[in-house]
Amino acid sequence: MAIRNVTLAGLDREQLLHMHYQMVLIRRFEEKAAEEYTLGKIGGFLHLYIGQEASGVGALSALRPEDYVVSSYREHGHAILKGIDPKAVMAELFGKATGCSKGRGGSMHMYSAEHNLIGGQAIVGAQLAIGTGIGFASQYEGKQSVVSVMFGDGAADEGAFHEALNLASLWKLPVVYYCENNQYSMGMAVTKAWSVSSLEPRAAAYGMAYERVDGMDLLAVRETMLRAAERARKGEGPTLVESVTYRFRGHSMADPAYYRTRDEEARWRSSRDPIALFEAKLKENDIITDDDIAAANMRADEVVEECAQFAEESPVPEPDALYDDVLADGTGAIAWRNQPSTPRD
Amino acid sequence: MRTITYRDALREAIAEEMRRNDRVYIMGEDIAGYGGTYAVTKGLFEEFGEKRVKDTPLAEEIIIGTAIGSAIGGLRPIAELMTMNFSLLASDLIINSAAKFRYMFGGQPSIPMVIRMPGGGGAQRGAQHSQMLESMFAHIPGLKLVMPATPYDAKGMLKSAIRDEDPILFVEHELLYSVKGEVPDEGEEYTVPLNRGIVRREGKDVTLVTFSRMMHICLQAAEELAKEGIEAEVIDLRSIRPIDLDLVLESLRKTNRVVVAEEGWKYYGTGQGIAALIYEHGFDWLDAPIGHVTGKDVPMPYSKSLEQLALPARNDVIAAVKAIVPQPAGAR
Ligand SMILES: Cc1ncc(C[n+]2csc(CCOP(=O)(O)OP(=O)(O)O)c2C)c(N)n1
Ligand SMILES: [Mg+2]
Repeated sequence: MAIRNVTLAGLDREQLLHMHYQMVLIRRFEEKAAEEYTLGKIGGFLHLYIGQEASGVGALSALRPEDYVVSSYREHGHAILKGIDPKAVMAELFGKATGCSKGRGGSMHMYSAEHNLIGGQAIVGAQLAIGTGIGFASQYEGKQSVVSVMFGDGAADEGAFHEALNLASLWKLPVVYYCENNQYSMGMAVTKAWSVSSLEPRAAAYGMAYERVDGMDLLAVRETMLRAAERARKGEGPTLVESVTYRFRGHSMADPAYYRTRDEEARWRSSRDPIALFEAKLKENDIITDDDIAAANMRADEVVEECAQFAEESPVPEPDALYDDVLADGTGAIAWRNQPSTPRD
Repeated sequence: MRTITYRDALREAIAEEMRRNDRVYIMGEDIAGYGGTYAVTKGLFEEFGEKRVKDTPLAEEIIIGTAIGSAIGGLRPIAELMTMNFSLLASDLIINSAAKFRYMFGGQPSIPMVIRMPGGGGAQRGAQHSQMLESMFAHIPGLKLVMPATPYDAKGMLKSAIRDEDPILFVEHELLYSVKGEVPDEGEEYTVPLNRGIVRREGKDVTLVTFSRMMHICLQAAEELAKEGIEAEVIDLRSIRPIDLDLVLESLRKTNRVVVAEEGWKYYGTGQGIAALIYEHGFDWLDAPIGHVTGKDVPMPYSKSLEQLALPARNDVIAAVKAIVPQPAGAR
C-alpha cells in the first residue's frame, strides 16, 4: 500500500498519526493502571477512560495550551492530553511524592497549574460550577482562554448543571460544557435518568448553542470542539456539546456492571471502538499502515512501562508532608496541633 | 441469635419496616438496578418493586427535597445518600427545612424521614470521599443523629428511626458494612432506642467515650491497656444527638478520667462538644484534663502512608489514656 500525503479535516499525516498515538497511549495507560490496581499498587477508586479516547483526544486537540480543562474523577486521559507527563500521572495513582498532586490526590484528583488542568473533581457536578468561574475570570481579564468543562451524563442531573448553564449563557462566558455521554452514570442508564432523550432541549432552555457529536469519531469531535471554542473565544458565549460515547469497562474497578449485558458491551467494543474506527478511516485514505499501528502500540507500551517503573521507584511522601499546603499561611492552627495542656506551674 | 453483617442487618431492618408499613419507601442513587453502592439495598427492588424502591437521577438535593415533601405528604421516606460527602449538596434542605419545620411552623408538620449515609475514611478514597461530617449536622437543633457501631444496633436503631416522627440522620461507616455481630433471629422483633448509649466494656481507671467505627478501635486499645494494668471503660454513644450524657457522667464518677475518641476532625467538632458538656456538668469529678483523639487536622490525603497518619489509631488512644492515667507501679 502506498502511503499518500493527504490531509483529513485539515490535518496532515503527522498530526493524524499523533492523534492516533495519543488514543493508543491513553488506552495502554489505563490498561496498565488497571493491572497495577489489581496488584495493589493503586488504592481507592479507579475510573478508567477506555472507550472514550476519541471523545477526549478530539476535544482537547481543538484547544490551545492556554485553555483550561476542568474535569471529573475520570480524568487520567485529560491530564495526559493537557500535557502532564504521564509519569507524574502514574505516580499520582501510586500515591507517590512525584505525582502531579504530590500523592495527596490520587486517581480522582490530578491537577496541573502549569498545564491549566484544573482537577480532578470527585463531587459530581462541581466542575460545572468551577469551570463557570474560570470562564468568568478569563472574560474579566480580557484573556483569550476558553474553558472546557468535562462532565458525564449523570452530572447533567445535578443542580449545578442548571445554575452554571444559566449564568454562563446570561453572562456570555467563554465556556464549553462538554458532556461525555457514555450512556451510564454509575449503574443507571441515561435513558432512565433523563426526562428528555438528549441535552438539546436543555441547552435551548438557556438559549445556549448546542451540538451533538458521535464521540467515537475523532475528527467529528475535533471539528465540533473547534467551533464551540471559536464561539467562546469570539465572545459569543458558551456551547453545550454532547459527545455520545461508551465506557467499555465498569464505572470503577469495583463495578461488576450487572446493570447491563455483556452482549451490549460486546456490540460497542466490536463495532464502535474509537481507535479501530480511526484506524479504518486512516487506512481507507492510505494514511496509515499496519506497521505504523504496531509501532504506535509498541511505543505506547514502552511509555507506560516507564511510567509504572518511575511510579514504583518514586518515594512515598515524607510524613511531614501531611501538614503541608492546608493553607497558604497555617501558622495559628499548626502551633496548637500537637500540644498537650499547659501546666499551671 | 445469629451472626450477620452490619450490611445485612440494615437490609433486614428496611425490609421488615417496609413489610410492616406500606407508607415506608426507599429512594436513592443506584439503590435498585445496581443493588446499592454498598449492597445494603440488594434484593429490595425484587421484593417491593419500583413503586417503593426508587432509583433517582444523580441529584442529592431533590432526593432530600422529595423525602421532606413526601414526609409532609404522609409518607415515611428512607433516603439513601451514596456517601455522607454528598450530603453537603443537600445540606440546605436538611438544615433549613427538615430541621426547622416542626418548630418554625408552630409544631404542625412532622417530617418522619430517615437519611441513611455512610461516612468515614480508611480506603484511600481521597479528600472528597473520606469525610466524617456528623458534627456539622449534630450542631443543628431539630435533627436527630445516630451512628450505630454494631449489626445489632444497626438493625434495632434503623427500625426505631423509621418509626420515629422526626428527621433522622442515620450515619453508617464504609468500613463497618462487612463487620459481623450477633443479631436476634429473624421474626424476633426488637428495636433499640435513639437516645441511649451503652457500656461496651467495664473499667475503673478511665472512660473512653466514642462511637461508630472508632468504638471498635477503642475496644482494641482497651484490651492492650488491660495488659498493662489499666482498665478502661468503653462507652459507645450510638446516638450523637440527643446524647446520653447521664451514662457518660455516671461512668466519669467511677473513673474520674475521660478520653473522647472520634474519627472526625478536632476543631469545633462532636468530640469537643462532648468534652465541653462533661466540663460543664462533671468538672468536679475530673482528676485530669479530658483527652481527645481525632483524625488529623488536614483534608484526607490519598497516599496510603499519609492516610494512615491522618486516621486516629489504637496507639493514639493508648497514648491519650496514658497521658492522663497514673501508670500502675511496675509498669512502663
Ligand atoms: C455529588 C455526588 N454524588 C454521587 C457521587 C458518586 N458518583 C461518583 S461518579 C458517579 C456517576 C457519575 O456519572 P457521570 O456523570 O455520567 O460520569 P461518568 O462516571 O460516566 O464519567 C456517581 C454517582 C459523587 N461522586 N458525587
Ligand atoms: Mg456517564
